[in-house]
Amino acid sequence: MSNAPRVDPKLLSDSMSMGSVTAQICQGLDRPSSALWWGAFLAAATALGIGVAAVAYQLRVGIGTWGLNNTVGWAFDITNFVFWIGIGHAGTFISAILFLFRQRWRTSVGRSAEAVTIFAVICAALFPIIHLGRPWLTFWMFPYPNFRGPLWINFRSPLVWDVFAIATYFTISVLFWYLGLLPDFASIRERTRSRLRRKIYGLLSLGWTGSQQTWMRYETVYLLIAGLATALVISVHSIVSWDFAASIIPGWHSTVFPPYFVIGAIFSGMAMVLALTALARRMMHLEAFITVRHFDLMSKVLLFGSLVIGLTYVSEIFFALYSGDEFELFVYANRISGTTWGLYHAMIILNVGLPQLIWFRRIRASIPALFFIAVGISVGMWIERFVIVMGSLHRDYLPANWADYTPTWIELATLLGSFGLFFVLYLLFCRFLPVISISEVKQLVADIARREET
Amino acid sequence: MKERVLISTFNSPDYLLAAVREVRDRGIDGVEVYRPFALPELTGLLGMRPSRLPWFCLSLGLVGAGLKVWFEFWTTAVDWPVNVGGKPWNSLLAFVPVTFEVLVLFAAVSTILGFLLTRRLFPGKKTIEGIGSSADDQFILVLRPRPNEFDEGDLERLLQGHQAVSNWKEWEA
Repeated sequence: MSNAPRVDPKLLSDSMSMGSVTAQICQGLDRPSSALWWGAFLAAATALGIGVAAVAYQLRVGIGTWGLNNTVGWAFDITNFVFWIGIGHAGTFISAILFLFRQRWRTSVGRSAEAVTIFAVICAALFPIIHLGRPWLTFWMFPYPNFRGPLWINFRSPLVWDVFAIATYFTISVLFWYLGLLPDFASIRERTRSRLRRKIYGLLSLGWTGSQQTWMRYETVYLLIAGLATALVISVHSIVSWDFAASIIPGWHSTVFPPYFVIGAIFSGMAMVLALTALARRMMHLEAFITVRHFDLMSKVLLFGSLVIGLTYVSEIFFALYSGDEFELFVYANRISGTTWGLYHAMIILNVGLPQLIWFRRIRASIPALFFIAVGISVGMWIERFVIVMGSLHRDYLPANWADYTPTWIELATLLGSFGLFFVLYLLFCRFLPVISISEVKQLVADIARREET
Repeated sequence: MKERVLISTFNSPDYLLAAVREVRDRGIDGVEVYRPFALPELTGLLGMRPSRLPWFCLSLGLVGAGLKVWFEFWTTAVDWPVNVGGKPWNSLLAFVPVTFEVLVLFAAVSTILGFLLTRRLFPGKKTIEGIGSSADDQFILVLRPRPNEFDEGDLERLLQGHQAVSNWKEWEA
C-alpha cells in the first residue's frame, strides 16, 4: 500500500488476526458470568432496589420528604441531574468528536463510552421527572394539542429548551450507538451456536451482510451523525447551563456558564469512562484491546480538562472582582469561606489539584493510580455542581431569608438508586453486547498489519 | 430467474483489493463485495457514485427547523399568546435553542431511516446464504458476469492467483 494509514501499534497489545478479534471480544458473552460480575451486579441491584423504595415513598408522601426550604428550593435533584448529564457527555466526545479528529484510540473505548452516555442520560432524566411530584404527567412538558385551551408550553423558558435538548440527545445517542452495533450484531450472529441467541442477534442485525453498497452509505451516515452529535453535545450542556445562567441569581448569571459547563461535563464524563473502562477491562478480560496506552491518552484528556476547569474557577472569581457587584463578590466570598467552605476547597483539590499527578509518566502508566484519580474527579465534579447550586441559593439577597440545606436520607437513597440503575444497566451491557466495536478493531488490526508490511 | 455467480473468499483485504482491481480492469461490471469492516479504497475501485444521503440529511434538517420555527411562532404568537415577563409574542431569539435541537433530531433520524430504507435493512431480513461469514473475518467477492461473456476457467484462474477460494453458485437474480 502506497499510503498506509497512520496508526499507533501500541493500541493493541499483541498481534492478532481478524477471526480471533471476534472470538476474543465475544468470549465474555458465551461464558457464564464471573463471580466478580455477579458480585457487582448484586451490589448494583441492591442499590437500585433501595432507590426504587425511596422513590416509591416520596411519590406517595410527596417531595416534602426532601430537605428543601423556601430559600433553597432547588438543590439535590438538580445537582444530580447536571452531574449525570455531564457524565454522559464523555461518551459523545469519544465516539463523535474523536471520530471526526480521526483518533484511532477511540476504537476500543468508544462503545462502552456510548453506553455510559445512554445510561447516564436515563439516570439524569429521572431526577427532574421525580421532581415533578406527579411523574405520570411528564408528557405535559411536550407541546401536544390538549383540552386546556390548548395551552402551549413556554418556548421562551430554558427549562423547556432542556426538555428538547435531553430528549433529542437521548434519541440521537441511542441511534448512534445502535448504528455502531449493527455490523457487530452480524458478526455475533455468524458465530453464536445457540439457536435462540442467533435468532435474537439476527433480528438486531437487520440482515446486515456487509456489502460494499451498504458499507459505503454506512460510512457516510456515521460521519453525518458524528458531525451532528458533536454540535448536539455542545448545545445540550450549554442549554443545561442556561437553566442557571438565564436567571438573575448571583453566581449563576454569567456568560462563562455554557463553556464552563461543557468542559466540566466532558471532564467529569471522561473520569467516569476511565474508571468504568478499567473495571470492564478487568471484568471482561479485555487487556489485549484496552492497553496502558489507552489509559495514558484518556488521562491526558483529563489533565487538559482539569487545567481548563481550573482556569474557569479563577475566571469566575475574576469576573466577580471585576464586576465590583456587591452580591457577586459576596457569593464567591461565601463559597470560599462561608459555612460550606469545605466543599469548595474539596472541589478545588479534587478537580484541579489531584489531576496534576497525571503530569508524571509513572502515574499515567499505572491503571490503579488513574482509577483512583478518576474516582476523585467524579466526586469532585459532583461537589462542584452542588457548590454552584447551593452556594448561590442558601444566602439570599435578604439575610432574613438565609437558610441551610442538608439532604434527607430519602434524597441520598435516590442518588444511591441512580447509581444502582446505572451500574445494573452497564453490567448487563457488558454481559450481552460486545463492549468493544468488533468491526473497528478489525480495521485497526488490518491497518497495523499493513503498516508493518510497508 | 436464476443467475450463475462466482463467489470467491479471501482472507486478507490486500488480496481482495488486488483481485477487484484486476477484475475491473477486465471490464466486468457485476461485482459485489462483502466484508467485515469498512474499506474506503473500494468505493473508487468499484466506480460507485458517492452517497446522496448528505443532501437528504441537510434538507430534512432544514424542513424540521422550518416547521419548528413556524410551530413556535404559531403557538406563542397566534394560537394562545401568553405574556411572559413582557417579552414580545414573537421572541425569535428565544426560539433558537429548540429550533436547533429539532434540526439535529430531524436530520439525524431521517438520515438513519433513509439509510435503512435504501439498503432495505429491517428486523427479520434474511441474509444471503453463503456470504454470512463475511460479517466475521472473510472478504467475499461476488462476480455476476453476463452469460458467455468470459471464460469461466479463466476467471477462476485469475482469482486463484489472488489466493481466493472460488465456487460457482445459482442465485435468485
